Amino acid sequence: MKGVVYTETVVFAPPEQFAADAPYQLVIVTLENGKRLTARVLGDRVAIGDAVESAETRNHIPFFHKI
Amino acid sequence: MRAVAVIGIGKTAFGAFADRDLRSLAVEAGLACLADAHVSPSKVEAFYLGNFAGPSFVGQNHLAPYIAGAMGVEHVPCTRFEAACASSGSAFFHAVSSVAAGMYDLVLVGGVEKMTSQSTPKVTEILAGAGDMCGEGRAGATFPALFAMIARRHMYQYGTTREQLAAVAVKNHANGAKNPQAHMRKVITMEQALNGKPISEPLTVYDCSLISDGAAAVLICPLERASEFTSKPVVVKGIAQTSDHVALDEKDDITTFRAVKEAAQKAYKMAGVTASDIQLAELHDCFTIAEIVATEDLGFVEKGSGGPYVLEGKTCLHGERPINTSGGLKSKGHPVGATGVAQICDVVLQLRGDAGERQVARHDLGLAQNLGGSGATAVVTVLGAA
Repeated sequence: MKGVVYTETVVFAPPEQFAADAPYQLVIVTLENGKRLTARVLGDRVAIGDAVESAETRNHIPFFHKI
Repeated sequence: MRAVAVIGIGKTAFGAFADRDLRSLAVEAGLACLADAHVSPSKVEAFYLGNFAGPSFVGQNHLAPYIAGAMGVEHVPCTRFEAACASSGSAFFHAVSSVAAGMYDLVLVGGVEKMTSQSTPKVTEILAGAGDMCGEGRAGATFPALFAMIARRHMYQYGTTREQLAAVAVKNHANGAKNPQAHMRKVITMEQALNGKPISEPLTVYDCSLISDGAAAVLICPLERASEFTSKPVVVKGIAQTSDHVALDEKDDITTFRAVKEAAQKAYKMAGVTASDIQLAELHDCFTIAEIVATEDLGFVEKGSGGPYVLEGKTCLHGERPINTSGGLKSKGHPVGATGVAQICDVVLQLRGDAGERQVARHDLGLAQNLGGSGATAVVTVLGAA
């Protein structure tokens, strides 16, 4: 799956179950089919407008990285 | 439909109260409200309660009769409403609807939340449940994260700045410092607000509302009976509740809350007013960006101009349209289930001319805007001096 970053944030204050992951970058990606998806970012930090693609799914969480 | 009036208000202080339980807070607010209207608990015909997550925060269910019974409000319909941070706004909307329809005359509406007995990460997790736990929540989206993503997109589309966000916090803390019932009665500087600990970029701790304990209550009746109880009735001129998708990623444009826009249009129409007539407002500043977006969605300013509007001082205590004279959720505190009714109390206080050090000069027409989640529920109320 490929898409473009619609918006993003870096979470420093996580909910209890993700305490070990913080800080982590969260994005809403606009996919090629026009739908949006909330995902995590793997690797380099991304910004609005960046092209990204699906990297993997871990514990039901979709991860995207910069193309 | 009958015209409805607010004839009593009551609130606890908002704060972190280790020695107070949920019920005692709700009872204190309810009894203060009934005393304000000189009405005995036995006269109340129905009790509508807003509460977001009592079962998760304190392990107590069946809250409405639990609280009503302790107030002496017995053997009448007692119902809890849950609509995330708009829980008591929704309770108020439905209570007004029932009185307008002629079902009851005297209805007590309460709101309560007891949050501080849980750790901040646990509170964050419970609050995340107001979002979509099969999508954004599962990916690790907290509420600060959702509003941070709204802020980022608003900055990208409209050039909104960190300084404009911080101006909301500085203004609301200045107001809250004058409110004896506010959680954080502390003036903050622009420099402090810009350099807070990051919570979810670009939001810092100063962009986020407080985790608070507290309760609020209002008593309503048909306008035609209001003079039996008070010399200063406040009329519910217009009110609407609307909804939208729960998940942020299902909304077409996250820089606007469609539900707020639609609720505002309906409430203005019912009241026979326009946005420009509103003299003061209590807005849902759960995060600084939320107040900026609300000023746009309510039609106070053009889309994208909410940032300059607050930075230029137009919404400060003695500005052209004072917003959040109570200190807002930012400084007054945000016991989520209490917030909607607390906003009504604060607007009523201004319209009665009883806001003391915070009293604004023009106080004939006010508005309260209560938001649930990232915009899935919105309640907008237009209130006027009778």
